[in-house]
Amino acid sequence: MKFLSEYRDAKAAKKLAAAIRQKITRPYTIMEICGGKTHTIVKSGLEDLLPKEITLVHGPGCPVCVTPIELIDKAVAIAKHPDAIFCSFGDMLRVPGSSKSLLDAKAEGADVRIVYSPLDALKLAKANLHKQVVFFAVGFETTAPANAMSVWQADHDGVENFSILVSHVLVPPAMEALLSSEQCVVQGFLAAGHVCTVMGFEEYVPIAEKYKVPIVVTGFEPLDLLEGIYMSVIQLEEGRHQVENQYARAVRREGNRPAQKTISEVFEISSRQWRGLGEIPASGFQLRGRFQRYDANRRFPFTGEPAKESPECISGLILQGLKKPHQCPAFAVKCTPENPLGAPMVSSEGACAAYYHYGRRQNQSFQPELSGPSSR
Amino acid sequence: MADAKINHFNLSCPVPRVADDRIVLAHGGGGRLTHQLIEKIFIPAFSNAALEQRHDGAVVRVNGARLAFTTDSFVVRPLIFPGGNIGDLAVNGTVNDLAMCGARPLYLSAGFILEEGLEMEALRTVVTSMQQAAAKGNVELVTGDTKVVDKGKGDGIFINTSGIGVIESKMKVPIGPASVQPGDAVIVSGDLGRHGIAILSVRESLEFESPILTDCANVWPAVEALLHAGIEIHCLRDLTRGGLATTLNEIAGDRNICIRLEEVLIPVEETVQGACEILGLDPLYVANEGRFAVFVPAAQADAALEVMKRVEVSQGSVRVGSVEKSPGRMVILQSRIGGNRVVDMLSGEQLPRIC
Repeated sequence: MKFLSEYRDAKAAKKLAAAIRQKITRPYTIMEICGGKTHTIVKSGLEDLLPKEITLVHGPGCPVCVTPIELIDKAVAIAKHPDAIFCSFGDMLRVPGSSKSLLDAKAEGADVRIVYSPLDALKLAKANLHKQVVFFAVGFETTAPANAMSVWQADHDGVENFSILVSHVLVPPAMEALLSSEQCVVQGFLAAGHVCTVMGFEEYVPIAEKYKVPIVVTGFEPLDLLEGIYMSVIQLEEGRHQVENQYARAVRREGNRPAQKTISEVFEISSRQWRGLGEIPASGFQLRGRFQRYDANRRFPFTGEPAKESPECISGLILQGLKKPHQCPAFAVKCTPENPLGAPMVSSEGACAAYYHYGRRQNQSFQPELSGPSSR
Repeated sequence: MADAKINHFNLSCPVPRVADDRIVLAHGGGGRLTHQLIEKIFIPAFSNAALEQRHDGAVVRVNGARLAFTTDSFVVRPLIFPGGNIGDLAVNGTVNDLAMCGARPLYLSAGFILEEGLEMEALRTVVTSMQQAAAKGNVELVTGDTKVVDKGKGDGIFINTSGIGVIESKMKVPIGPASVQPGDAVIVSGDLGRHGIAILSVRESLEFESPILTDCANVWPAVEALLHAGIEIHCLRDLTRGGLATTLNEIAGDRNICIRLEEVLIPVEETVQGACEILGLDPLYVANEGRFAVFVPAAQADAALEVMKRVEVSQGSVRVGSVEKSPGRMVILQSRIGGNRVVDMLSGEQLPRIC
């Protein structure tokens, strides 16, 4: 496929891998921020091509994984409200809250719907005036423009029965939180390509400077990743720490200005709780000024039990790159995609799910005994 | 991930707990939960020799004749989708299950569960399609039943069809998962994922430059041609719910074998691939309604391909992989860039991702 197959080409991949091998003289730990990249890495077996000097650790860039458990509980409570239609992107549905997920709520009769765009949720609101339509506004800077746009549009069209439950987080503060930790092992970053499509990459320059760490804005296809790793390795070998852009076909230095304008019109920076990482100051968005009346928190005051995390889930360590999924004692034993203890086992972008689905090998076969006639 | 990093890791409890207090949609998704339902509820209750074959249909002997018997229910929404509707799906689905037993489809039954308020015209359209599909496939719909449920208790039309077919070939090796062995070639009968994406495009109001039509079709002509040519068929499986990945996992699990695939060989149309990329879906898991996988000895793979390519419904046939002895219970895919990964069974529904 055009614009796709050329980034999955075996010959070019081998060439890049050889170039990395030729340059590298020492071991390096590089973190890919995005869960989407984690999946490409595992799904394409990319680590089979890399020299052993490179350790890839998987970052916190999975929106589903870092959404705090309190918000999932809140979402479930809203969804169970008889007047509510609760809309969400698909992969939020299976994430476990303290006691249940949105999918469980749906099985019990709640009106939970998958949408592909917040504007579809707005359309639903217009078509169901007697219902309160709530959209779960989850994500990084990537989804913020569309989510902001839905609120802006609701305001513009005077739609009163629409609101959003905001759980927006930002990449740069999370990177700083990781880098300022004493346990930090990360020597280079593959920065989030699609986040930078919206925000540009100027805001990463001071981070690279302050923490002396190379940051390469990288795309999501196997060749993108190999090239991003190659560029990081060259910087590390040369002792440089700059922001470079591998993903130039999608990312401009200044980003997407109109999208940024919509975001800042509707949202303002706020402190945010990250699942697995804790509270990070100035690391997310909340609705600003007159748009606050579209905050689902105001329409559905939450009076649930305080949230409880599974004590066995080590997603915090995984999201910081300190542990790999298979190093968790619960991995694939007590924690599986059917019964996830933590969010990284759920999302198609979660590191644990990636390892579970694609990463297993001969000596650790735990394929359940499954068989039976296929029916429909 | 490099092997060295994970080999020390030892896993003890292989079977995930079943979410067992309520039925969730994923119990009908064709993945792990469906299988757990079958293994834990249905097989223990009804256990018998025919059921133990764990095939798409049961093969039974009646007065010396070998009959295949199968049933299937159709609850697709929307009722009418690009390239087909629930009617031809209900006929071809059951006909194909019989074909997967190597049986010539003969007779069908149809049970209709209609929702109060359904437009008569919709029912007419569906029944006409059923009639046409049956006529084209040389099967007769010989018995049926109709029930009407209160408005809101159904989804327009639910159809159940059962079918009987006869196994005429005198092959020594029975067709079924038990005959699959290391050294077999795996052939798929055409490009993958069109039916699932066609349904999804309507359900989610997605618009593509050119519409993606379902692949819904009767595959018996392809199977008949293989039998006629004397190809030693080890196993046939239609690639319906759960797609190629789920089907191959079932067989790898049943036979404790490894199935190796090469990503570059797996046929997926560009439009389908594009839709999957956008939605974050994997075409290996997307449903087909006119595609099947066939296992034949490697030495007969080329002959089988030649036969299949001459039949319209399977003209896009491709050899996508082969069966090896170990590692058991694994489907392993070599990616385009040359890395390896496990192709797992689907856990729950495939959910579109955020970004």
